[in-house]
Amino acid sequence: MLTRKHFLGIVVAVVASLVLLALPTRLSLQVRSTLTNAFLPLFGLTRATHTVGEQLSLKLIPRSQLESEYVRLARENSQLRVQLATAAETARENRSLRALLGWKASTPWNLKLAQVILRDPANWWRAVQINLGSRDGVRLNATVLTPQGLVGRVASVGFDHAQVVLLGDPSCNVSAMVGTNERSAGIVGAASSLDSSMVEMTYLPRHADIPAGAPVHTSGLGGVFPKGILVGHVVDTQPVEYGLHLAARLRLSVNLSALEEVWVIVQ
Amino acid sequence: MGDRSINAFRISAVILLALTFVFLQAALGWPRQWLGAQVDLLPPLMVFTALRLGLGSILGLAFIGGLSLDALSLNPLGATPLPLCLIGLGLHLKRDQLLRDEVFAQTLLGLAAGAVAPLGTLLMILTAGASPLLGPGILWDLVVWMAGSAVATPLIFQLMRILEKALTYQPHSQPSFRPDREILRGRH
Repeated sequence: MLTRKHFLGIVVAVVASLVLLALPTRLSLQVRSTLTNAFLPLFGLTRATHTVGEQLSLKLIPRSQLESEYVRLARENSQLRVQLATAAETARENRSLRALLGWKASTPWNLKLAQVILRDPANWWRAVQINLGSRDGVRLNATVLTPQGLVGRVASVGFDHAQVVLLGDPSCNVSAMVGTNERSAGIVGAASSLDSSMVEMTYLPRHADIPAGAPVHTSGLGGVFPKGILVGHVVDTQPVEYGLHLAARLRLSVNLSALEEVWVIVQ
Repeated sequence: MGDRSINAFRISAVILLALTFVFLQAALGWPRQWLGAQVDLLPPLMVFTALRLGLGSILGLAFIGGLSLDALSLNPLGATPLPLCLIGLGLHLKRDQLLRDEVFAQTLLGLAAGAVAPLGTLLMILTAGASPLLGPGILWDLVVWMAGSAVATPLIFQLMRILEKALTYQPHSQPSFRPDREILRGRH
């Protein structure tokens, strides 16, 4: 039977929920950050467990396998050193040409490695928490990537952790272009609810020639993501909205469900 | 005093379990990789709280657990507590009519709570003006939430029973033998 006490409980719950939902963004972020800080000891525990697990798995690898891996990595290292020397020469040439033409010098990326410590517990968002925060120079909307391609952007920053919205989340739209043709640019939006590795790219020009398998890179438009980061590859295209423009399905270049370490572009 | 200490133990255990469940939901990636969706463990815990504890515990669990989940998620702050609270209050009001000690009843209540809580949260998120990732895939998510909650509810009842037995004083039972009423036979 609904007593006065229960009725009061319902009223308190409804009013408190409405007040929380209507909190100003700044206050809401502060409350969120305070609550997240309550989990800090557990963040440390996760990290420690992860490290111990890695160390244990390393101990289980046979010596012969480690030796062959060492030889492979040493070979790859020398190849990369050669490529680095070539890239450094190209960068020097690029700088002098820019100076000759009077163009603004491009800023090099300042990357910091971060570990993924938590995933969004709700199923309807694509987001993760990383172990870098404002003390490490991470800022709102900073680009997050891996060597395979773009991961997402920083959505909120705490002192020593940050929340990253991943590609495919409805709040992470990216201006991108197919191949190197800036005229076939579009917006990479939400993921398919059935397959998280696929996203939709919309607003492509209706006459654009977009072959299946073509790479898609960030266009640099919009000011959030730098130009030239690989997003994914085209799977297929179809005309939408009565043929006004094309929509393409992309397979993301990064496996977002198995993220462990990411790079963040910091200031 | 004994009842009060058991209640205090139950309330603290429920709050600690809620925080642990929220953290595990965020930290463990394998359920999402294997099942395609993350199991939500707050609704089964709310079923236990509603059937075994009082109004204060229901509100405490709904707000502490729900807000923690919202804080670790992109949910608008305050989207999770209200649906959890309404489930808890609804079950609490009808608890005397429910066969709450039966595993079958616990499973069924967990199944229902596993569907109502996330759908209620989604409704709150949409009402708040956010646009979550929705599509036909949500049907599979719903199946995982319901099945996970149905399995977890009786397990939580069992876990709390074991914890109570291990960590609280058991009531001293009076033996039925009374020496003053003993019938002594033979010569005395």
